[in-house]
Amino acid sequence: MASLIGFYSLIFGLFSSSVIIFLSILNFRNTNSFDKKILTFTSLQLFFVIVSFLGLIFSFINSDFSNETVYNHSHTTKPIFYKISGTWGNHEGSLLLWLLVLTLFIFVFLIKSKEQSKQYRILTLLFQQVIIIGFFIFLIKTSNPFNYIFPVPKEGLGLNPILQDPALAIHPPILYLGYVGSSIIFSSTLAATSLNYISKKWAAHIKIWVLISWIFLTLGILLGSIWAYYELGWGGFWFWDPVENVSLMPWLALTTLLHCILILEKKLLFTSWVIILSISTFTLSMCGTFLVRSGILNSVHTFANDPERGLYILIFLFCLIFLSLFIFFFLHKSQDNKDYNFFWLSKETSILINNWFMMYFLSVVLIGTMYPIFLEVITTEKISVGPPFYNKLIIPFLIPFLFAMAIGPKLKWIKSNLQDKMNLIILLIISFLLSLLIIKNTNLNFLLNTILVTSGFYLFFITLRDFFIKGFNKLSQNLAHFGFSLFILSILLNNIFSSEIITNLKIGEKFQKDNIEINFEGVKKKSINNYDTIIGKFKIIDFNGSEEVLEPELRIYNQPNIVTSEADIKTDLFTDKFMTMNLVQNEDYFNIRYQVKPFMIWIWLSVLLISLGGLLSLLNRRNEN
Amino acid sequence: MKIKIFLVFIIVFFLTVFFVLYKGLQNSNIYTPDTSQKKDIPFFKTKIFYSEKMISSEEIFKNDKFYLLNIWASWCVPCRDEHAFLLNLSDSSDLELIGLNYKDKSENAKKFLRELGDPYDFILSDKDGTISIEWGAYGVPESFLIYNKKVVKKIIGPITSKSFLELKKVIK
Amino acid sequence: MKKISYLIIIIFILSLNLSSAKDDDLQNKITKNLRCLICQGQSIYDSDSDFAISLKFLVKKKLDEGQNEQQIYDYFKDKYGDWILYDPEFNKNTYFLWLLPILMFLIGGAIIFKIFILRKN
Repeated sequence: MASLIGFYSLIFGLFSSSVIIFLSILNFRNTNSFDKKILTFTSLQLFFVIVSFLGLIFSFINSDFSNETVYNHSHTTKPIFYKISGTWGNHEGSLLLWLLVLTLFIFVFLIKSKEQSKQYRILTLLFQQVIIIGFFIFLIKTSNPFNYIFPVPKEGLGLNPILQDPALAIHPPILYLGYVGSSIIFSSTLAATSLNYISKKWAAHIKIWVLISWIFLTLGILLGSIWAYYELGWGGFWFWDPVENVSLMPWLALTTLLHCILILEKKLLFTSWVIILSISTFTLSMCGTFLVRSGILNSVHTFANDPERGLYILIFLFCLIFLSLFIFFFLHKSQDNKDYNFFWLSKETSILINNWFMMYFLSVVLIGTMYPIFLEVITTEKISVGPPFYNKLIIPFLIPFLFAMAIGPKLKWIKSNLQDKMNLIILLIISFLLSLLIIKNTNLNFLLNTILVTSGFYLFFITLRDFFIKGFNKLSQNLAHFGFSLFILSILLNNIFSSEIITNLKIGEKFQKDNIEINFEGVKKKSINNYDTIIGKFKIIDFNGSEEVLEPELRIYNQPNIVTSEADIKTDLFTDKFMTMNLVQNEDYFNIRYQVKPFMIWIWLSVLLISLGGLLSLLNRRNEN
Repeated sequence: MKIKIFLVFIIVFFLTVFFVLYKGLQNSNIYTPDTSQKKDIPFFKTKIFYSEKMISSEEIFKNDKFYLLNIWASWCVPCRDEHAFLLNLSDSSDLELIGLNYKDKSENAKKFLRELGDPYDFILSDKDGTISIEWGAYGVPESFLIYNKKVVKKIIGPITSKSFLELKKVIK
Repeated sequence: MKKISYLIIIIFILSLNLSSAKDDDLQNKITKNLRCLICQGQSIYDSDSDFAISLKFLVKKKLDEGQNEQQIYDYFKDKYGDWILYDPEFNKNTYFLWLLPILMFLIGGAIIFKIFILRKN
């Protein structure tokens, strides 16, 4: 029943789209005021999509296995929380969530943009409806979440256990808020370009949307990383996996856009560049959807693969690209402030340099992700592009990037203030000595790592100092940049000081390496709801005086029958102790991994700081208005 | 003019990208081994399954004779499916069947053969899976048809009725 | 500006030869660069599948035999093709992969440079 209502709601939602388009075109030329009926129908459309989404949630909660999506991804023994989160833990449901956010955002956009011109609002709505219709048809035609199966199965197939996790339950909605937020930026940029509407006022208005999607995208990626860290069970948090890359690409474009919008807002510069960035952000989001949903790439996080779906998104994606190209080349007239004089040492320069590096990083990720597909089509040879490729191309460029980021905002002062120049140099020397001290005792490549860590520390000190100099002035920018320096520094130190022990142990055995002894004291077995678990007990003795008990788990889920390994992580302010155990086929020992990972928590916290910076900037704007 | 050339360039670029991605959709995203090349057989030394004695590949493979090396294990389910084909092949006198027992417990493997019949002329054991890697295998079962110390044919996964007929044809 | 670009090139070259001394680290480094063929996007190091376990064992064996990193990569490449290497080698198939990003960087730099020159005149 709920499925039926859900399905018809979808049809009505699609129907509303055509009414909205009809009314909008009518309203676009005829009258001066915005037609209230359009808003009514937009809210109606939102209502239908919400009903449809609730219909799917109800089917999941009631374990209605006559619904194919529920049958494929749920099970009666699953906890209620994961029944609900299972709604968007699959291809069909997650697309419905996309659609929900799409309609929600355009509704909010219409309400919040009353002071903008009528034509601009309507045109934005029209472009957004094109995207919405595309997704409606995609959903109904290729991935209907409400397919009926008969005879009705008694039991569902269950949700992949590694997806039964709190962080992953909220990861997709947050990430989609970010992805889909970029659709509003896309539509409104196209509208503003067509109408020659780009102005400082427009920049101020669109900046809110940029900030919103940027914050959500940042948090979404963070949640995904945290999940990968403790659930995928090998202690890394970023694998340069294609699916991770496709979320990073829009983030890079969006971050660049965020910086450019600031300039556009104040000086009316870089208008063409802002348009290109807005278009590419959404295009990259869509491109990500294509890569993930079509199964064209081999990844650790795959969805159900279906070339037909891939083909549909591909065609849709390229329709949007060509539409944007048309608008950009034929309707765009540059509104740049021609009289403005660039000066070498100015804020604009530093933003340009930031853009330059960000675009480089973006191109590395983009090329690394897409290249294997191209090579295979052209030469039929298969290659893999993995972490070493990204490390080699990104890390050396990180150094000038960090220095530029540290000095960039200070360029004006360098010219005028001698005292400050001295301070900057002193900080540089301190950073250098500090890194020298750190790297000296490791067996890493000395020169590269010292310079790298120096640049990290330098940015850290300079942004830290800014809190004292500037106080609450520009707090949001400071906070974000400080967060970023902390982020880079934590990752660097984490990489340098991580250590691990991998060994095979039987119950009762112990293993010693360097200063650490691992005692495998025993296992206990438990039976919980939808899985059985084997919990190992390990006592870790550090000869420097500390002792720790870690209890990693092996879970044997019943539906589907999958064994997962749950890491046990002891987190404190400076280090994470991370342990997993795994069964080895046909053997009576377990494969044990024990890792000491310093500063892990600071990686998460620093990303939170970065988003907090964005949030502050958003709140600031609210106050100004 | 300049902008027109640029536009044409961009459009051609995106059309190419579209075409490549469209083509890419039809390719498989998982590892598919190259089965066309006729590679030399690797050199290796391993234990004989029944006697614990070491033997090297040179002692096993002679010229002018067909060999079928079959990687199997008692815990591997698809191996049971292909077993009937192997039994059938073992009747043919032109072909020597060599089993490579992959990461298996010896009792289990012996039980497996007692239950289903032993098609092999000769069995080698591969306790740690390294011999299979020498052959470029990445799972069980896999079969290699060998002639004159070259792999003439490679079958990934269980032998099916189709690949069985092909094998027969090649041997004749 | 020129000095900086020299510095970048030098650092870049140095980073290509990152190598660590310990055997254990080397084994981890190698297994991190090998793709688990039967998994979805995992390295041998990360995976606990049968295939990965055998490969880890073999890498260790080959290191003990005194083979170096490159020899081991070549061995696996010969058996399974380029697909198994996460760190693509610089050859005719990957010229574009390695050089295109660098080219993009240079083009980006040129555009920024042009903006200044044009604006000044």
